[in-house]
Amino acid sequence: MKYDVLVLGAGAVGAMIARNLSRYELKVAVLEKENDVGNVTSMANSAIVHSGYDPVPGTNKAKFNVLGNKMFDEIADDLDVHFSRCGSLTVALYDEQLKILDDLAKRSKENGVEVKILSKEELLAMEPNINPEAKGALFAPTAGIIDPFNLVVHAMENAVDNGVELYLNEEVVDIKKDNQDIKVITRSGKEYIAKIVINATGLASEKITNLVEETDWHITPRKGEYFVLDHYKRGLVNHTIFPLPSEKGKGILVTMTTSNNYLCGPSSESINELDDFSCDGPTLANVRASALEMVPSIPFNQAIRCFAGLRATCTRHDFVIEFAKTLPNFIILGGIESPGLVSSPAIGKYVVEEMVGKLVELKEKSNYNPRVKRYIRPKELSLEERNELIKNNPTYAHILCSCEQVSEGEMLDALSRSVPPRSVKAMKKRVRAGFGKCQGGFCQPHVVNLLAKHYHLSPLDIPYDSINSKIIIARLKEGK
Amino acid sequence: MVERDLVIVGGGSAGMAAAIQAHKDGIKDILILEKDPYLGGILNQCIHNGFGLTEFKEELTGPEYLTRFANQVKELGIEYKTQAMVLDISKDKVITYSSVEDGAVEIKAKAVILATGCYERNAGAIQIPGDRPSGVITAGTAQKYLNLEGYLVGKRVLILGSGDIGLIMARRMTLEGAKVLAVCEIMPYSNGLNRNIAQCLNDYNIPLYLSHSVSKVIGKDRVEKVIVSKVDDKMRFIPGTEMEFECDTLLLSIGLIPNVNVINNTGAEISSTKGTKVDEHMQTSIPGLFSCGNCLHVHDLVDFVSQEGRAAGHGAALYIKGLLEGKEYIKVNPGNGIGYVVPQYIEKNNQEDIALKFRVRKPIKNVDIIIESNNEVIKKLPKLVMIPSEMENIKLPASLMEKIKQGDLNVYLKEKE
Repeated sequence: MKYDVLVLGAGAVGAMIARNLSRYELKVAVLEKENDVGNVTSMANSAIVHSGYDPVPGTNKAKFNVLGNKMFDEIADDLDVHFSRCGSLTVALYDEQLKILDDLAKRSKENGVEVKILSKEELLAMEPNINPEAKGALFAPTAGIIDPFNLVVHAMENAVDNGVELYLNEEVVDIKKDNQDIKVITRSGKEYIAKIVINATGLASEKITNLVEETDWHITPRKGEYFVLDHYKRGLVNHTIFPLPSEKGKGILVTMTTSNNYLCGPSSESINELDDFSCDGPTLANVRASALEMVPSIPFNQAIRCFAGLRATCTRHDFVIEFAKTLPNFIILGGIESPGLVSSPAIGKYVVEEMVGKLVELKEKSNYNPRVKRYIRPKELSLEERNELIKNNPTYAHILCSCEQVSEGEMLDALSRSVPPRSVKAMKKRVRAGFGKCQGGFCQPHVVNLLAKHYHLSPLDIPYDSINSKIIIARLKEGK
Repeated sequence: MVERDLVIVGGGSAGMAAAIQAHKDGIKDILILEKDPYLGGILNQCIHNGFGLTEFKEELTGPEYLTRFANQVKELGIEYKTQAMVLDISKDKVITYSSVEDGAVEIKAKAVILATGCYERNAGAIQIPGDRPSGVITAGTAQKYLNLEGYLVGKRVLILGSGDIGLIMARRMTLEGAKVLAVCEIMPYSNGLNRNIAQCLNDYNIPLYLSHSVSKVIGKDRVEKVIVSKVDDKMRFIPGTEMEFECDTLLLSIGLIPNVNVINNTGAEISSTKGTKVDEHMQTSIPGLFSCGNCLHVHDLVDFVSQEGRAAGHGAALYIKGLLEGKEYIKVNPGNGIGYVVPQYIEKNNQEDIALKFRVRKPIKNVDIIIESNNEVIKKLPKLVMIPSEMENIKLPASLMEKIKQGDLNVYLKEKE
């Protein structure tokens, strides 16, 4: 198959690039090694739309963070994703840290980010549950929280709605020059030929670039472990709370999420494997201790899950966004770690308009639609609206996930979309069934049956996540 | 808005018993809301026997036991709705539910009985170290796949936790051709009933490792290996004690937690069981809101769930008749060796026998259960052995009520000299 542009990787960056490409008269495909989009780093992070006070001025991180942050109101609206500009507070716990707040405020100014230094009293008025020993804080009102799962799914859905092709379970194993074009070969043996190839493979960006040329930068995965707390009463914190940043990153934050959960993490540990997402007791104990230092009343007995995400930390200490030296129609996006999620819309726009646009002519489609079809969420409707909806489609009255109150109708809607879920986890990321305190104990069999029915498969063939992660092993009496 | 005398949330064993009792007590306007397509709740998937020894003096399977109650519900003409999920209960007892049949509905009830059962503590809640592949599943979910859907979730199984569902599933999966390698339990004693250890593990030569827990789950797509380590008395893993199990499934039977999501907005007082606090009529701190069964505290025998459901049904009937107004209460406090006591409050002028239910914190031998009020021992019960997995259920006769009017009731254990 021949394409104008081939995007490797369907994380936040790949999805945003694909969405920007879909605006133009181009034949575009996205290859993703996972069984769903947004399934690695884009799925397991702090879900913060950072304000941009922290990156070193003049870096790609600073530039795209600040640009990206400004785009989120429109993006969240176009893509129908939960987003809230709740603001962030970077808290000084000791007197000697107050000076660092001043330094951060200066850096914010250089980056063009609005901040305000708060006194202890102002801080405690805004966050009554913060450690009463806190000395002050840097308030960044433009920081926000986003649903990272829907952000990527809906961005890719919008791209596909506008003509982009998406191929899941396609792992790139080789890349070759093919006359003026580039040939990409996947593990399944398929070959894709394109005029331009964009490497947005996140953790694998070094490995994939090395199929073309040797990089002068290296990626070391940096693991971050988190706790997720149940829908505890609101107001434990009202903003994203950061400690002061260090060379290891932004530190262990405490934040609410767009789903009214609370998140504590991440740890920061350099590891060797690109696919080690394990959690361990001592690290989680440190996360807990650090979070409690900031907010002493966090109810860790309400923890419903732990998880680990990997940041693609690069030896350049910055995002790599450039053309390959030896293959000018190969675009490299490397080391997109934090603040990658907030930067992704700006990176997507830049890569398409400033880089792809240099290689091919960008002609706008007449029928491009930046918006996804609106999602219906009965939980957010009034009783009257809910009944109006149910009258036309009774599946919205059939609640299958009791913890998160998700209806069959929402699941069927997800299945009808252009990036439908193919696994239990993909369904969870789209509609939240299984995200609650029973962690799918009650709803998983319903979801398995629904997926099986939709795809005309046996429940034995329905995976939890990857195609090899089946849930059921045998039919009864065929167990031997 | 539709108004009803009594709405019961949950049509399992607690809810059905409550409905039947309230009906007997003269309340005829009753509605049971059940989320599943059938009455009976979790008993539908409990196809093993052992139910009903107290209630019916015979050994029944779960479905047999629930059918006896469901038949009574139907014979009495008590109204129930299935596939009706309650979304919220407000402080003034407005219930919002969603059902395919009725859509989204609000009902104002004079009294509400919460009988929503429990959910399983899972891998997320205890932060099991290691990977998070497919194949880590709670015992009850595996039981649902097996007994209601006809599917086996694994062929080589390690079980963490010696809770009863895990033990029952060890036997059940073995009978269906799976190999259950072992059960490991972090505590130095089992959390299941002794009869289940004998009938589900010993009879099938399945080893039980006490003071052992999972120190690592390994597997990319599906569970490949589970590492089990011995723990010390502070429940820390002891290095060098690792055992490796090659398996495709880690079944979790690590506890049940009352499911009270729907009353989060009422502000009802919550106890250490994670259910609500109640008085002897199972009334919560919200007047007219009652709670019973596993959403109040987790039971090991369904017979006691039914008994508690009846207490709630009786209480709700009294409430609707206006007989529970303006009462004064004394507190019931768990003391030495006792985790919790239900009820947490008793009405001062109560005239009826009261069931005091509690669990000991750890296995203990040769003790007296002491019930004390105003520094006076009003009841003393000698016990040879008590274990946390077996709920104690002792009757406090109405005749003793005169003695406990003056102050809190303290329940504690005293070791014999």
